[in-house]
Amino acid sequence: MFDFSIVSSWIHGLLTGFMPEGLAIFLECVVIGVCIMLMYAVLAIVLIYMERKVCAFFQCRLGPNRVGKYGLMQVFADVFKMLIKEIITLKNSDRLLYNLAPYMVILASILSFACLPINKGMEIINFNIGVFFLMAASSIGVVGILLAGWSSNNKFTLIGAMRSGAQIISYELSVGLSILTMVVLTGTMSFSEIVEGQADGWNIFKGHIPAVIAFIVYLIAGNAETNRGPFDLPEAESELTAGYHTEYSGMHFGFFYLAEYLNLFIVSGVAATVFLGGWMPFHVSGLDGFNAIMDFIPGFVWFFAKAFFVVFLLMWIKWTFPRLRIDQILKLEWKFLVPISMFNLLLMVLIVVFGLHF
Amino acid sequence: MEIKKPKIKSMQYEDFQDNEYLEKMVAELNAEGTNVLLGKLDDLINWGRSNSLWPLTFATSCCGIEFMALGAARYDMARFGFEVARASPRQADMIMVCGTITDRMAPVLKRLYDQMPDPKYVVAVGGCAVSGGPFKKSYHVVNGVDQIMPVDVYIPGCPPRPEAFYYGMMQLQRKVKLEKFFGGVNRKEKEEK
Amino acid sequence: MNIKDRILEIVPEAQFAEQGDLTATIPAESFHALAERLKNDKDTQFDFLLSLTGMDWGETLGVVYHLESTVYGHTIVLKTMTADREKPELASVTDLWRAAEFNEREVFDFFGIRFINNSDMRRLYLREDWVGYPLRKDYDDSLNPLRMTNEVTEDTTEELSVDEEGNLVNKTNVLFEDKEYVVNIGPQHPATHGVLRFRTSLEGETIKKIEPYCGYIHRGIEKMNESLTYPQTLALTDRLDYLGAHQNRHAVCMCVEKAMGVEVSERVQYIRTIMDELQRIDSHLLFYSCACMDLGGLTAFFYGFRDREKILDIFEATTGGRLIQNYNTIGGVQADIHPDFVKDIKEFIAYLRPILKEYHDIFTGNIIVHQRMKGVGVLTREDAISFGATGGTGRASGWACDTRKRKPYAMYGKVDFKEIVYNEGDCFARYMVRMDEILESMKIIEQLIDNIPAGDYQVKMKPIIRVPEGNYFASVEASRGEFGVFIESHGDKFPYRMKYRSTGLPLVSAIDTITRGAKIADLIAIGATLDYVVPDIDR
Repeated sequence: MFDFSIVSSWIHGLLTGFMPEGLAIFLECVVIGVCIMLMYAVLAIVLIYMERKVCAFFQCRLGPNRVGKYGLMQVFADVFKMLIKEIITLKNSDRLLYNLAPYMVILASILSFACLPINKGMEIINFNIGVFFLMAASSIGVVGILLAGWSSNNKFTLIGAMRSGAQIISYELSVGLSILTMVVLTGTMSFSEIVEGQADGWNIFKGHIPAVIAFIVYLIAGNAETNRGPFDLPEAESELTAGYHTEYSGMHFGFFYLAEYLNLFIVSGVAATVFLGGWMPFHVSGLDGFNAIMDFIPGFVWFFAKAFFVVFLLMWIKWTFPRLRIDQILKLEWKFLVPISMFNLLLMVLIVVFGLHF
Repeated sequence: MEIKKPKIKSMQYEDFQDNEYLEKMVAELNAEGTNVLLGKLDDLINWGRSNSLWPLTFATSCCGIEFMALGAARYDMARFGFEVARASPRQADMIMVCGTITDRMAPVLKRLYDQMPDPKYVVAVGGCAVSGGPFKKSYHVVNGVDQIMPVDVYIPGCPPRPEAFYYGMMQLQRKVKLEKFFGGVNRKEKEEK
Repeated sequence: MNIKDRILEIVPEAQFAEQGDLTATIPAESFHALAERLKNDKDTQFDFLLSLTGMDWGETLGVVYHLESTVYGHTIVLKTMTADREKPELASVTDLWRAAEFNEREVFDFFGIRFINNSDMRRLYLREDWVGYPLRKDYDDSLNPLRMTNEVTEDTTEELSVDEEGNLVNKTNVLFEDKEYVVNIGPQHPATHGVLRFRTSLEGETIKKIEPYCGYIHRGIEKMNESLTYPQTLALTDRLDYLGAHQNRHAVCMCVEKAMGVEVSERVQYIRTIMDELQRIDSHLLFYSCACMDLGGLTAFFYGFRDREKILDIFEATTGGRLIQNYNTIGGVQADIHPDFVKDIKEFIAYLRPILKEYHDIFTGNIIVHQRMKGVGVLTREDAISFGATGGTGRASGWACDTRKRKPYAMYGKVDFKEIVYNEGDCFARYMVRMDEILESMKIIEQLIDNIPAGDYQVKMKPIIRVPEGNYFASVEASRGEFGVFIESHGDKFPYRMKYRSTGLPLVSAIDTITRGAKIADLIAIGATLDYVVPDIDR
């Protein structure tokens, strides 16, 4: 398989050839930072376009098709427009917190995004407690939302932020428990090792029953984490105008908009990595010829294919179901998902201890 | 100096009415000539702005239903990129005043308009918003939205057909394409006769 | 039991007028006692206040009440007046019929009559700082230029009450305390279905109290009608409840035709009935779309609109309009039906039947929908009758209030259809009533579509239409409830007073009762299923 560490070690060798080690590493970090931002922006654009077209097809209509062939340039037009909109400063808002909130949301988003391994050797943040770090970093996003709702000095945004805060904090528990189940199965918390360990079959097949249950719970909880789909009450536009980001305009609003789609991608990316094998091709143990053919397709193609498949699933759910009320959302979490996840964890532990997995 | 002609997909420049208004606007804006680099940047930004006009969900009466029909599957304004109708005025680019504006609603509408960030546009849809419509003689109706805010495009009709909506939107797109972004966006209070 | 005799028994000074509908003029002092007797007596039981209309008769100001009994079906029109034009005061009937709460505020707003013992005597439609009373004949409009200042909303209201000695005193009632968390929903809001403003007092997510503020689309149609000839008033009726355009016009034409004694041909009756039913299907499809959108299931919105477009095509072929049709006229219809009318409708009905099953699959069977709509926003039958909440809302609460069955008009007496009544009174029942009514409407159309008789589509009328003197009332079952038209004519070619009995005003006045203790999200579900259209409320 194409191993990206060849490329990265070549670049490192080249740079250390004519500058001290520290400077080379610094330069590499800057380049990687720029690459992350670029990939972030490009992925967001792709996702926004995908959402508009997918939802249009579900609704028996066409979606954007005038701006560029098949409407491909539509999101670029949106981005240009958003960049040049006036940023209105409110009179009575808490100035520092109001300006800080979008950046916190983007920060959380980028940190989580940097944890996902995209190809063999192509991981940005990779250390032995990767899963733990991911969950901690994604929790920073809640702070951003609460700050946005509070500092806008608006009763509606406050209600929206409170609802969102309650929802996200509750669903973190289910997310954590379902990923923990898979950590029990794979025995490691580092993302690259989780993916390497799926070389002989994806986790969802290896872990059979508890893995499938964990996958479903993770999808539901991950959906709720990103304030999408049947759980989008905090920003339900038919209820509270625009929820916690009502008072943001211009690029600040653009940040919230982008972060929502990227969070969706991150949730799908984590689902793809932990359950569906990440960049590991589809191997069946025993069929070496088949495995060799699968290996020809590079890792990042597999990764993006799986992630976009899960994104499509989540979009499908969003455009089909009506939304739940806040007390129903919390009831679903605390009375149904948490007990099921805990029982599932127990089941997985039993299976691992007695070696009943593939 | 040649007049820049705004291009709209699938409709010829000559098929539009009101070309003289646009030509006059361009002549005024470019009276002192324009920098080549800034001019190209202007074109790019105006392209972006004209293809991504997000309306504010604002419908008072019957024309609102036609606006909803415009967003629905048969007429589908998502093809133009307009379907992202934001509920918050701070995130919207234009306000399509669909329906009658009464004396009680007028200050509310003005406040909504003030809350929108620049550059913003107003489209007066339907007879009532253009001039008071069938309710012109009433004691509680504002005779046209242009009494309280500057209007960019008027779409007459009671209610206008969705095709008329599109024609008005395309006229607005043409107007946006010709604006000079660097150095002031063109605004007009009342149409000069 | 003769109502006229009963009234004379209680109030011997009552006078009766027989031109048009039977109207009893009652002196102001004995009015409340008579109303109470009429409501509570076992053999009269007038528990439904159909319409409450303020009037300005030159020297006197007064009110006309249309009462009906849901038990026996009999109706009566009562009239009361006061000669004091500076400070007119009449007895309130809010303790008998809750429908009077908003209607009396409307009368105060337009005529200045204060009602004794109405706990909330504020203006309903106009700004708090409006000068004068618009529907009085001597109103001066120059006192009210366009004011662009923000309206200051008061948290208290006035009441004219009677103290222990029997004197009239002004009492102040508090609407919202200072420390309540009051949130303003609307007037510009995606989910209020128009421009309606709610001030909501919240406790966390639970609603403690709601105050509706109407009038943001008040176009003064009733005042305009007083200077328009009868055919000219028809132009504005489509714009009231625009999803009941045919039905509104049908009501006005019926009222004028009844007053003048004009008989329309059977062909016209058939066509009017079919158009009314198509309009009902159109309106219910839009209800379905908007209810789904408000609850979050956006895809169903598009499906509903897609099917609604087919009805609009049929309308457009015959009448030329998609939303505003301008079709019924006094004495008939504007133009004959399109040659493809019958074929198009038959195709449409064949298309829609399986699609409705699809709608139920996507939305109705969903567990999320059940959780959000079942048991939410219950309106009891007594409250529905007291508020006068007709239409799908009343039928979902167990009150069989369909005008097509109570007072059959056009072809409704001769076709076979069921009246859909559910008993739970919650959001889900209101939703199911309308979905089932679509099927009933299709059944009615199927019975009529093949048998449209040949004939004239318009009776020859005089060029200037004068309605004979008297009071006339006619009502139809519009998509949202009972839409009534009350005309008082003094023999002129303009109506002296033309009032529309709104279908949505009782629904909005009932919102406070329905939503006590519900959550904000429930307010959205309740608003979506009550299905009011705001221009119909504000006129």
